[in-house]
Amino acid sequence: MKVDLRQVEDAARELYVRALKVLPPDIKEGLARVSRTESDSTAKSVLGTMIRNIAVAEQTDNLLCQDTGIPIYSVTIGRGVEVDGVSLKAAIRSGCERATQEHSLRSSVVHPITRKNEQTSCGPGVPPIHIDFSDHPDELVIEMVPKGSGSENNSWLRMAIPAEGVGAIKTFVIDCVLDAGGKTCPPTIVGVGVGGTSDLCVALAKRAATRALGSACADAEGAKLERELTEAVNTLGVGPQGLGGDTTAFAVHVEIAATHITMNPVAVNMQCHSARRASATFTPRGVAYGF
Amino acid sequence: MAHHVLATPVTEAQVRALRINDTVTLEGTLFGIRDANQIALFDKGRETRFDLRGHAAMHTAPNVRRVEPSVEHPTGYAPMCVGTTTSARMERFTRPLLEKQGVRLIVGKGGLGAGSLAAFAERGGAYLAVIGGTAALETTWVEAIEDVDMDDLHPESLWKFRVRGFGPLLVAMDSHGGSLYAEVETRARANRDSALSRLGVVK
Repeated sequence: MKVDLRQVEDAARELYVRALKVLPPDIKEGLARVSRTESDSTAKSVLGTMIRNIAVAEQTDNLLCQDTGIPIYSVTIGRGVEVDGVSLKAAIRSGCERATQEHSLRSSVVHPITRKNEQTSCGPGVPPIHIDFSDHPDELVIEMVPKGSGSENNSWLRMAIPAEGVGAIKTFVIDCVLDAGGKTCPPTIVGVGVGGTSDLCVALAKRAATRALGSACADAEGAKLERELTEAVNTLGVGPQGLGGDTTAFAVHVEIAATHITMNPVAVNMQCHSARRASATFTPRGVAYGF
Repeated sequence: MAHHVLATPVTEAQVRALRINDTVTLEGTLFGIRDANQIALFDKGRETRFDLRGHAAMHTAPNVRRVEPSVEHPTGYAPMCVGTTTSARMERFTRPLLEKQGVRLIVGKGGLGAGSLAAFAERGGAYLAVIGGTAALETTWVEAIEDVDMDDLHPESLWKFRVRGFGPLLVAMDSHGGSLYAEVETRARANRDSALSRLGVVK
């Protein structure tokens, strides 16, 4: 399959706008679920407002949240797909700029030292474009996440040591959730990276935070850890918006990688209740949009 | 748990009457403040032509559309998506905002800290929580952008919105030392040990 780069540019533009306007069904179901189980009256009212906002955004064709985030694109290239990598990245960047300018999106991206905003949502190294490969024949998937700063500003890495064991990982996650309080716009998806190198560990945490609700870690030990941690963080009482309640996180998601014999790294990255993402799948039949 | 409809600007007495868990609906003017414009005002000595005395200021940087300037849109900007951001980043600006600019009400999400709470008590101020991530809804409470200053910092300009029925907002920090965030944090930290023991972590 040969990929049309004009379609890629259009999809990169479309994905940013779609992600900002319509939440994936698993997140909507997650909000409906916690709103049924929440026992605190303030928390119930906060969750009700979040649900109402989703409906208003769809009715008024508006953005769910003012924070357009840092746009992140992840491309997965299947077998037999013909595409020039450099041109693919350029097309995605161009689509991201066009989304910002053609849809009057707030450019939330600045140079890290001068703080200059190019009003394009782009800058050095941004949008990050991750490339990976799959064994699906004739398929290219682009996933897009506008990562809000309220949750992203609460990101942590700890290079624990083997003598501290898995207890260090659990303690770290609990302490991160306490430190985040209401700043991350809870209920959140708490993404936890376990193992790898420092950079891989942080990337795993981000992948975990942006996974669909209801999905599980592919590793059995990781899946067990996410069940235990999901239960434990929801006993803390931070609650929606940090105003108290039973619902602190929709879920804790864990992603793992092997690590060095001397290392025990753990990273946490959170996703806010407006857990936005969108995807486009290119096949010989055309482009299909989803979440 | 009273509900207050406040037309801005407000008096110190009106703010002192607010207690945590009360709710507020704002009518009239709401200013938009942000990291960059507060750094400019309080660290770099820039001046604004706006008079913020007695007013409410929300931690925000909105999405706006460029339009032909008109009576309805005098600045050439129409509101598109106006919501709030994490207040905690701007903690150190609360005191100068109250003392130098005369702001009485701060609207935001996630809460402010002990320094802000002390400033609210001394100067007569309060923090009104709006639900983060619900900007589509909040935008329906914003009638127009009346004015903008320091627009070289766009989108972190100093915005002057005209709002109608902006709320209900939750009084989450008041001028009597009350803070829902401090209460929740104290309770949550007290739950830490039992959460860890549930996870089988031995101290």
